[in-house]
Amino acid sequence: MLSWWLPENVSSYGAQIDTLFYVIYYVTGVTFFLVQGALVAFMLMYRHREGRRATYTHGNTALEIAWTIAPAVLLVILGVASRSVWADIKQHVPPSDVFIQVTAKQFNWEIAYPGLDGKIGTEDDVTIDNEVHVPVDKTVRLLLKSRDVIHSFFIPNARFKQDLVPGHEIPAWFKILKPGDYEIPCAELCGFGHSGMKGTLHVHPQAEYEAWVRENKAAPIAPAKTS
Amino acid sequence: MSEAIGHAEARHAEAHHEVGFIRHYVFSTDHKMIGKQFLSLGLSMFLVGGLLAMLVRWELAWPESAVPGFSWVPEPTMFGGIIPPETYNGFFTMHATIMIFFAVMPILVGCFGNFLIPLMIGARDMAFPVLNMLSFWVSFVAGGIMLSSFFVEGGPAAGGWTSYAPLSSVPVYSGVTWGQHLWCISLIVLGISSLMGSINYITTVINMRAPGMSWFRLPLAIWSLFITAVLLLLSLPVLTSALAMLLFDRMAGTQFFLPSGGGEPLLWQHLFWFFGHPEVYILILPAMGIASEILPVFARKPIFGYRAMAFSMIGIAFLSWVVWGHHMFQSGMSPALGNTFMLSTMVIAVPSAIKTFNWLGTLWRGDIHFTTPMLNALAFVSMFVIGGLSGIFMASTPVDIFIHDTYYIVAHIHYVVFGGSIFGAFAAIYYWFPKMYGRMMNETLGKIHFWLSFIFFNGTFFPMHIIGVGGHMRRIYNPTQYDFLKPLQHWNVFITVCALCLGASQILLIVNYFWSMFAGRVASKNPWNANTLEWEAPTPPPHGNFPGELPTVYRGPYEYSSPEVSEDFLPQARRLERRTAAAH
Repeated sequence: MLSWWLPENVSSYGAQIDTLFYVIYYVTGVTFFLVQGALVAFMLMYRHREGRRATYTHGNTALEIAWTIAPAVLLVILGVASRSVWADIKQHVPPSDVFIQVTAKQFNWEIAYPGLDGKIGTEDDVTIDNEVHVPVDKTVRLLLKSRDVIHSFFIPNARFKQDLVPGHEIPAWFKILKPGDYEIPCAELCGFGHSGMKGTLHVHPQAEYEAWVRENKAAPIAPAKTS
Repeated sequence: MSEAIGHAEARHAEAHHEVGFIRHYVFSTDHKMIGKQFLSLGLSMFLVGGLLAMLVRWELAWPESAVPGFSWVPEPTMFGGIIPPETYNGFFTMHATIMIFFAVMPILVGCFGNFLIPLMIGARDMAFPVLNMLSFWVSFVAGGIMLSSFFVEGGPAAGGWTSYAPLSSVPVYSGVTWGQHLWCISLIVLGISSLMGSINYITTVINMRAPGMSWFRLPLAIWSLFITAVLLLLSLPVLTSALAMLLFDRMAGTQFFLPSGGGEPLLWQHLFWFFGHPEVYILILPAMGIASEILPVFARKPIFGYRAMAFSMIGIAFLSWVVWGHHMFQSGMSPALGNTFMLSTMVIAVPSAIKTFNWLGTLWRGDIHFTTPMLNALAFVSMFVIGGLSGIFMASTPVDIFIHDTYYIVAHIHYVVFGGSIFGAFAAIYYWFPKMYGRMMNETLGKIHFWLSFIFFNGTFFPMHIIGVGGHMRRIYNPTQYDFLKPLQHWNVFITVCALCLGASQILLIVNYFWSMFAGRVASKNPWNANTLEWEAPTPPPHGNFPGELPTVYRGPYEYSSPEVSEDFLPQARRLERRTAAAH
């Protein structure tokens, strides 16, 4: 339901985020209708009429306790449910098949792939601006850096977002389940060229990716290794 | 207080009343005049900030097209009415800065803090009247400095109102030089004003309450302003320190926020949001207090759960210090910290829920009169609920990954700050206008203004949730540069049309305000049949507020429809004969 609302999800963990989104959506949606419904109902039922006198009451302790505990319990449950998804995405980087380094600069994404030596930071690195090529169904590990100001690497379809901060090397990962081309806008204001700072994530089927690797002399898919 | 002193003070007050034009209207030490000065400042800046918002909206709906009527703006600010990206960044930065620091804060905290505290606690003025006057004039200077930044080379600050370093700390990254310097200086100066104001508010509430005005007989508006003043006192110095560091980075060659010199960009975010989250509550708490004041008056019913209302505000104030990291989930801060800040953020939603339920409880079995102040107060409750609920999405760290820095957050903040604070401010203006100027505002115009604002407010900000969930980033200049946003562009057009109508609707408020000031129906002492002490003072109150003796308080502020009297209100200062008899 409401699939017209969120963009199509193509990442492995996106479904977990979307599920949480919909859980919160329904919980807050029901609360919204109950509270606004009560508000409108009270406005209609207790509108001023000649001879009406309001009920003189200062409150009700049992009610106060009830409506303190109910939201507290609900919110803590949402918090706990969110915690495990968060840990899966941001705290545990799974064994990866492909490694890329993203260095942001005003106003491009500089993407570096290890060359044939399989190492980043050496002379045979393959560096391309704004084009990310990855294989489908493989875990991609990223190292995010910035040369100047703070940027944010945002892949709406992958439910991926992480700021790139100068002086920091931030690890991240994703696994895309569907081949295709997806936009990578910058989501953090980074100067006058912020708008329009974007790249493309090309997700290739296995064979196509291997062809791209050969053509560009990048490192082939390594056997899965932990970061 | 003895009668002799009372008379002496009354004479003193009369003597003060005869001061010249300058002392009366400009350098006044009367808290009511200072309140009105803050209101004038706030409303003027509200118009400036609103105009900037219209320009930002124009660009988003019809990117890179000339804004009608703006072809006179010289290059390089605009090019024949077309807004370039540098100017656009400056416009939304200044829109937020002006609205937060120079519109909402002066109106809610500056104006109503000043106007209401002495009147509602039964004092003749603030504890430090001269400091109070300085507080206004210092903020006036700060506003002047902020506006002057539009006219320097390179334009005004353009790094967002959050001014994240190093974009804000290294001039070459943004191309803005003096604009950002002046932004820092203006807010440092404003911090001094806030400090003077908050010390004054705190001292006055603690020391100058009328006889019988115990803490738990204080109106909730005073509770809210008192707590706001404490938050201001403790949070503003943090911003001031951060701004000083930013200014040193920009002008003196330090590198507090620059890694190449051993600095740390995230330090700015921690300092900024350590101030910034209490700041959000500084903007909303007074509006909560105002709603808690107005709902009982027009429901003719005691506030539901007075103590729960007071304690939940204290709870919000405490918790507001431990939630700042929820602005930084995707910042590169340790993800382990995300869990801590998520839980504290979930917890801070609880006192807000308590307040909402108590407002509903206040309406339940009331006798509701739909006056203009009441309509605005009800809108406050309704819109605040939406702003509160949408906040839960961002509090959930995984959901925040997707909606962080999108229009979802823009929708959320505007439901809290416009739907909450501004509707609260509207309610307060319509409600206390008679006490300020001695005349009633026009109800019909007020209701038209309310309904147009309410409809176009929702038309403007509700669809922002939808485009935000569609992934629409905030602070972008041209959404049509992105393929995935093209299907959402019709929403941008719809939002802009509503925003322009929302802006135009405010003309009604201005017209009503000035027309009523001179030609409104003359107000009686207590036109709303309310209980609190400001309605014991003459309308408008003279210098010194209460001629003769100060009122004595006999009961809490919300004794509406009490069985003790036949009328449906029982003022705090009315002494009941039966009690007198019992006392003898």
